[in-house]
Amino acid sequence: MGAPQTYQYDVLIVGAGGAGLRAAIEAAAAGVKVGLICKSLLGKAHTVMAEGGMAAAMAHNDDRDNWMVHFADTMRGGQYVNNWRMAELHAKEAPDRVRELEAWGAVFDRTPDGRINQRNFGGHRYPRLAHVGDRTGLELIRTLQDHTVYLGVTVHMEHTVIDLLVDDGHVSGVLAYDRERGRFHAFAAKAVVLATGGVGRAYQITSNSWEGTGDGHALAYRAGAELIDMEFVQFHPTGMVWPPSVKGILVTEGVRGEGGVLKNKEGRRFMFDDIPDNYKPQTASDPEEGWRYTQGDKNARRPPELLTRDHVARCIMREVKAGRGSPHGGVFLDIAWIKEKLPHAADHIRRKLPSMYHQFKELADLDITKEPMEVGPTTHYIMGGIRVDADTQESTVPGLFAAGECAAGINGANRLGGNSLSDLIVFGKRAGEHAAAHAKGRPVPALSEAALDRATRQALAPFERGAGGENPFAVQHDLQKTMQDLVGIVRTESEMQEALTRLEALRARAERAGVDGHREYHTGWHAALDLRNLMTVSEAITRSAIERKESRGGHFREDFPDKQAEFATFNIAVKDAGGSMKVERRPIPEMPAELQQVIEQQKQ
Amino acid sequence: MAQATFRIWRGGGGKPAQFVDYKTEVSEGMVVLDAVHRVQAEQAPDLACRWNCKAGKCGSCSAEINGRPKLMCMTRLNSLDLTEPVTVEPMRAFPLIKDLVTDVSFNFRAKPGIRKFAPRPREADGTWRMAQRDVDRVQEFRKCIECFLCQDVCHVIRDHGKHEEGFIGPRYFVYSAALEMHPLDTGDRLRDLKDAHGLGYCNITKCCTTVCPEHIHITDNAIIPLKERVVDRFYDPVTRLLRVFSNKR
Repeated sequence: MGAPQTYQYDVLIVGAGGAGLRAAIEAAAAGVKVGLICKSLLGKAHTVMAEGGMAAAMAHNDDRDNWMVHFADTMRGGQYVNNWRMAELHAKEAPDRVRELEAWGAVFDRTPDGRINQRNFGGHRYPRLAHVGDRTGLELIRTLQDHTVYLGVTVHMEHTVIDLLVDDGHVSGVLAYDRERGRFHAFAAKAVVLATGGVGRAYQITSNSWEGTGDGHALAYRAGAELIDMEFVQFHPTGMVWPPSVKGILVTEGVRGEGGVLKNKEGRRFMFDDIPDNYKPQTASDPEEGWRYTQGDKNARRPPELLTRDHVARCIMREVKAGRGSPHGGVFLDIAWIKEKLPHAADHIRRKLPSMYHQFKELADLDITKEPMEVGPTTHYIMGGIRVDADTQESTVPGLFAAGECAAGINGANRLGGNSLSDLIVFGKRAGEHAAAHAKGRPVPALSEAALDRATRQALAPFERGAGGENPFAVQHDLQKTMQDLVGIVRTESEMQEALTRLEALRARAERAGVDGHREYHTGWHAALDLRNLMTVSEAITRSAIERKESRGGHFREDFPDKQAEFATFNIAVKDAGGSMKVERRPIPEMPAELQQVIEQQKQ
Repeated sequence: MAQATFRIWRGGGGKPAQFVDYKTEVSEGMVVLDAVHRVQAEQAPDLACRWNCKAGKCGSCSAEINGRPKLMCMTRLNSLDLTEPVTVEPMRAFPLIKDLVTDVSFNFRAKPGIRKFAPRPREADGTWRMAQRDVDRVQEFRKCIECFLCQDVCHVIRDHGKHEEGFIGPRYFVYSAALEMHPLDTGDRLRDLKDAHGLGYCNITKCCTTVCPEHIHITDNAIIPLKERVVDRFYDPVTRLLRVFSNKR
């Protein structure tokens, strides 16, 4: 097997999406030695899939916008279990982070007076999303990538982290393997930043790529960190439902922001049928007002299609269950109808939503300028993750930082569209800055040979079991089905208990997963290693969801369909306790009076 | 359910490589990447291929399908003749790592050799004003998903190996053009393009444009304007003469 090759860094960043790259830039700017590990090639991370935009209260399109409105919108969207300090920092710092991207070469769409254009999105009171057509994520990742390559950051592409190494309670580095040769690499680091994204691959229908296996969540958990809010999974209301092979691929909320409407098979705009009380004052009373809102009329209120994602997803589920769905089990999303309102509507749609046009044309043989799309909910994002300090992004393990989707707090029970890309750059920067400060003055940690040896042995175990072991792809498939069926959009106690039983059996199968052949670029082996992380996050989601006996945001329980005031006072945390998962409640600290006042003001 | 045969290139890592036929079930709406995944899950778990987004946005799953450079995730089976085996090969211009995975590291080395974005100062109000019509052409270039299919078909790379002598290829001409035509940029990359990056090697056969999955007009909108700028600067007799007298480069 041979000793792994070793490297030393002051700050090691795991993950090269928006948060990881932004952290790398900031750490490099602080003058420390930075290493960056990513599972894919540089620039391929899931951030490229983000479409709609990044939320920042720059007030270019509506001068009534400011950080306070953005803060209140984020808290309302998150049903007030957010980390209010993170929501505050995010709202205050996002505009500067966006402007900084422009200094690094990003080319956003422009307003008529030449500034960055901002679009409407669900749950945001004013047009707030800086965007580039519907490929904002690509613009973000490419801008950060193109800035990073000139900074002397060492990038280890197609490397996957197996385990975090912890020495005397402080993180000391990671063990990884490279996909190309299957060799092991040990990285000693004074501080580690996890920026590994989400957990979508724990579900069958997801907008996430193969990379979304909850690596950061599980690595941190095994290293002793706390995960919070894991019951809050966001099911994006509009994923493709047909053809089967593309089921789950995202259809941007931007379609609705540009005037797209949801209809059932009877042609009814069913979103008008159920508008939650706390959103009624801000929601259009008729389709005409909704249309005017999407066209920038400041006196109009938003159409109900732009209510929060959790609510829209459940309304779609309701229509489908009631037999009013589309032929392939979704509902209709119609943007073509705007030709009644606009001259040259087809050109307008192609210009505003180029990649959606392209995606449907090429994958579904459908012209969105002429026909409605069929859409249904898809697992999109996890609000929960590694518990971090709001200001520094340090986890409960010293020296271990987290940013982006794998960290928790800013989004509470439900994330607003557009708050993710801005989260990446706001907290990626903070994580990089504080990881660098933490690393300065610390000695290079020594790596425990025994721990490395144990981890490499465990990683090679699937080869010892050979092809006679469980097929890792089959285990993954069954795990995804379990989570989809039993811990999905609508949850209930008995089903979730059943899920725990099945997860136990799946864990045993995962531990028997076997592959044969060589270690070079062996996808089956990689899948076998991913299973461990997927099992951990699936269990964390299920146990947390059982603990929260109410419905809030992305977490909906059929057996407890209402929100309970008692549950607004704490977050649910899970932690490793000697091999079993412990569930605990963490009280939410009281919000300072000035922030409470902001929320009250914005309720009017 | 219907069946189809996929003739997939297997091998690498020092071992001899060859086509291996896999018969697998196919259904409506499937793309080539789905078929490769099905083969991987059911018959060949060690089959190596890159992919991420499965929606034509990340540019990871580039391959040569029936000899044509394409993204596997955007190639629908109903666009292919399934009565014959469908060949799936790695990009041939790059060294093979294993199966459908190639060593594309040259591309990542090429980028830092291009002078980076250098914006002019902000305006007094802290913003940069740019008109949409002025950023349209840069936005076209910035659609690039770095799938490297244009590099794969460029004969200067594929047949002549000039990238080993500094030729950066169509992807990085597009990158250079995006910087050169950026309304805020003050950098100057023309001498590098002429002397170091091999812009002159391109003889405008437009193979890169033909295969671009983002439909970027690589040749017409990026490479030819760059060539024109180089010609204006370095080969126009009048400006050359002026330069002699003004004692500039």
